[in-house]
Amino acid sequence: MNVKVLGVSKISKTAVFAFKKTIPIIFGYLFLGIGFGIMLQEAGYNALWALFGSLFIYAGSMQYFMVPLLVTGASLLTVAIMTLLINSRHIFYGLGFIDRYRRMGWKYPYMVMSLTDETYVLLSTCKYPEGVDPDKAAFYISLFNHCWWISGSVLGVLIGTLIPFDLTGIDFCMTALFVILLINHIKQVKAFTPVIIGLISAILFLLIMGPDNFIMPSLCFTVLLLALLKGRIETVKEVSAS
Amino acid sequence: MNIPVWDAVAIFAVTAIMTWITRALPFMVFGNKKELPRFINYLGKVLPGAIMATLVIYCLRSIDLTEFPFGLAELISVAVVVVVHLWRKNIFWSIAGGTLCYMILIRTIFPL
Repeated sequence: MNVKVLGVSKISKTAVFAFKKTIPIIFGYLFLGIGFGIMLQEAGYNALWALFGSLFIYAGSMQYFMVPLLVTGASLLTVAIMTLLINSRHIFYGLGFIDRYRRMGWKYPYMVMSLTDETYVLLSTCKYPEGVDPDKAAFYISLFNHCWWISGSVLGVLIGTLIPFDLTGIDFCMTALFVILLINHIKQVKAFTPVIIGLISAILFLLIMGPDNFIMPSLCFTVLLLALLKGRIETVKEVSAS
Repeated sequence: MNIPVWDAVAIFAVTAIMTWITRALPFMVFGNKKELPRFINYLGKVLPGAIMATLVIYCLRSIDLTEFPFGLAELISVAVVVVVHLWRKNIFWSIAGGTLCYMILIRTIFPL
C-alpha cells in the first residue's frame, strides 16, 4: 500500500517537473502549430490532416515547407530531398543521447522520433532534482512538447482564422528560450569554446550562404573544429572543474 | 485539396519517414555498439553548447543588418532577455519580457 502510494507520488512529481519544464514551449508550439494549421486549412485540408501530420512528422519548419509542396503536388523525390535538406541538422542531435535512450525500452523509438530543436535543447540542459526519475521526466518532456504542437496544429485548422487578436511576434519566445538556456548552459559547464565555435561558424556561414542553407554547412564546420580542438577543450574543462 | 487524397497521404508519409531518418541516424549507426567511440562521447558533451549557439543565430537569420530597421527589434529584445535573465534569474520573466518587448517594437518603432 505504502509502496504503491510512494510510486504514484513519484510519478506525479516527475510529471509535474516535466510539465513545468515545457511551459516555455507551450506558447511557441501552440502559435507555430496554429500557423501550420491555418496554412493547411487554406490549402483545403481538415483537422485530421493536421492531427496526423503533427503526430507523425513533428518537424516545425518542414511542415511549413510541406504545404506548398502539397498544393503544387510536388514529386515524392522532391519532398524527400527537401525534407533531408531542411531537417539534416537533426543528424547531430542524437549523439549525446545514444547511451541513455537505448536503455529506455519501448520508449526508445519515441524518444528518437520526438527529438525536435526545442526538446533537444531542453533535455541537453535539464538538471533533474532528487525524487524525479530522469528517464521518465525526459519522456514526459518529449511527450508534452509533442502534445502542444499537435494541439496548436489542430486548433489552427479549426479556429485559426477566428483568432481576434494579432499574435505576430509571439514566436520570439522560442528565440528567448534558446538564449536563456544557452546562458544557463554556459554558467553550468563553464566551457566557452564550443559555444564560441558554434556562434562564429553560424555567423560566418550565414554571411556566406544566406539564411536558407547555412545551418548544415555551419554544423559540419563546427564538428570539424571541435574534432581538431579535441585535446584542448577537454583540458579547458578539467582546469575549470578543479 | 487540389491533388488526389492518396498523393497527399504519400507526401505526408515521405516527409514523416525522412524526418525520422534524420533523427534516427546516429542511433542506427551507433545504437548497437557495446561501447560508444570516445569521439562520439566527446561530441555528445561539447555539441549542445555549439548547437544552442547555432540555433540562436538560426532564429535571427532573417534580420537584415544593411537596411532599416537593421534587426534592431530582434537585437534589442535579445538584450532584454539577457539582462532580465541575469537580473531575475527566472526563465518565465525573461521569456515574457523579451517577447513582449519584441511584439511591442514590431508594432511601434520598427514595423515589419
